Amino acid sequence: MVAVKNLSFSYPHAKPILFPDFELGNGEHVLLLGDSGSGKTTLLHILGGLLRGYTGSVMIDGTELSGRSEQELDHLRGQKIGFVFQRNHLISSLTVKQNLQLAPYLAGVSAGPDRIDEVLAHLSLTNQQNRSVLEISQGQAQRVAIARAVLNRPSVILADEPTSALDDKNCERVINLLLQAASETKTALVVATHDQRLKSIIPKHIFLNSTT
Amino acid sequence: MNLGILVWSYLKAKPLNTALNSLLLALGISVIVVLILFSRQVEEKIQSNAKGIDLVVGAKGSPLQLILCTIFHIDFPTGNINLAEAEKIARHRLVKKAIPMALGDSYQAYRIIGTNRDYPALYNAELNEGKWFEKELDVTLGAQVAALTGFSVGDTFASAHGLSAGGHEHEEHDFVVVGIMKPTGSVLDNLILTSVESVWKVHDLAIDYISVGDTTQKASTLVPTVAAGDSTIELTSLLLQYRSPMGAIQLPRYVNQQSSLQAASPAFETARLFTILGVGVDALMVLAYVLIFISAISIFIALYNSLKERRFDLAIMRTMGATRLKLVFTILAEGISLTLVGTVAGIFLGHAVVWSMGLLIEEIHKTGITSFVLYQEEWIILAGSLLLGVLCACIPAWQVYRTDISKVLAGN
Repeated sequence: MVAVKNLSFSYPHAKPILFPDFELGNGEHVLLLGDSGSGKTTLLHILGGLLRGYTGSVMIDGTELSGRSEQELDHLRGQKIGFVFQRNHLISSLTVKQNLQLAPYLAGVSAGPDRIDEVLAHLSLTNQQNRSVLEISQGQAQRVAIARAVLNRPSVILADEPTSALDDKNCERVINLLLQAASETKTALVVATHDQRLKSIIPKHIFLNSTT
Repeated sequence: MNLGILVWSYLKAKPLNTALNSLLLALGISVIVVLILFSRQVEEKIQSNAKGIDLVVGAKGSPLQLILCTIFHIDFPTGNINLAEAEKIARHRLVKKAIPMALGDSYQAYRIIGTNRDYPALYNAELNEGKWFEKELDVTLGAQVAALTGFSVGDTFASAHGLSAGGHEHEEHDFVVVGIMKPTGSVLDNLILTSVESVWKVHDLAIDYISVGDTTQKASTLVPTVAAGDSTIELTSLLLQYRSPMGAIQLPRYVNQQSSLQAASPAFETARLFTILGVGVDALMVLAYVLIFISAISIFIALYNSLKERRFDLAIMRTMGATRLKLVFTILAEGISLTLVGTVAGIFLGHAVVWSMGLLIEEIHKTGITSFVLYQEEWIILAGSLLLGVLCACIPAWQVYRTDISKVLAGN
């Protein structure tokens, strides 16, 4: 699903970041660990096609990302990649359900008639579906984000510190739901974090070394 | 989910901003719409009312006043003219038709016009019921007068002296309604027509004139029951039609040479009126454009600011697979929606203002100016507002287009 080879990226006026080669199979999960500034977010953005201008090769579900145009990457992202961020990533003017409806609309795909209800039920959000996302709790918001990420049945979910803002109870619930949702659609999962609580839950780790 | 819901949710999320921007634009647009409705309709009314009248002859004074009084029936007469002198004009070889007019009384601010049948014929008026005025004190009502007074054929009323409501009533002579005209869309709808003799009678002038009985005296060309050359009685004015274009050159000079008479050309005076009104209309137009300009700036600032707050939202949308063009389109749609809402509200408001002015101000109601018409200019305004929306959204949309999503996401 995911294959990274000889990947390096440099920000202007900074030393290049070298990333280790790795591969992920269908439904495989990996934890991306490293200090802040080690390039965890950078790697996620490259995997998600948000950053270009790197050297090396990145394959997502059989498609080489390097050298693609911005528009091609947009389409690829909509169809094959789901994102989960730390916080504040729901569209605040919409309701829970509308946030989910946004995913297929923006990606330009059809979700299927019952897919949204199914995902809502799965993440125990059915009762919250018509509430504004400003009214729900952080834990619930994170569940909505997961629901939105898995909705289009992506090949890969890229999660950037998905649990860092949550307490222990919510952290465990959210990561379990994420794993469960990912395994259901055989989605590979890359979680970038420095949250120690996740180490025991996702056994496969990739360490990024700080460049400094 | 579609573009409409998304844009609406953003507009709804800031109800006060949206309302303020729409209101500003609506105000500017409504001023323009009111001006269009008024100036276009006034122009149409003036042209249709002055149709077929080449020259008005009346007592010396303001020519504009004479035109306003005898054609549009809104101002007061400049004075009276002697019947004998009027006849002299009417007999001129370049005059095809001369219509006498005697003013002086009214009923509930509806003017009673002493004239002959040629006057309603000018406007191709037809009877709705009853017959045309014939005998003394017979009146035929305009459609609007009949509708608002509730008079029907056979009713009688006493006129009031003067041309505005509340004058002294001539109780001793009651007018009899003998007919009601169909609506003509002209000033006729607001008039009460009668014979010239009736007007003289209620003013007790009847005793003075020499009536044409079985005597050998020649009848007046203007008022056939009166002997020609009677110099004791007076008319208010005379409406003339030229026999040939030569009339336009010779008649005004001929009339103005008579010491007590003046000639006023409806075409010339109404053109002058438009020029005078035009200054006011232009000033208001400038005000309207200033309002629209301010609202455009306000909409631009609103979009620009909300975009700053939404940079992260928009980056998130890109992570969900939205292309740059889709987001640019969303921003443009938001700008267009704002201006469209404001414009539609403005057009509606403009019509509502004209409508309520018609209800509140009797003079406007009488002119028959209606709010229930859409002029082509209003469609142009609507199209212009779309353009304005695109313009206001241009810079914000461009910023969305070149946003570096990775930087925005990493920065949060």
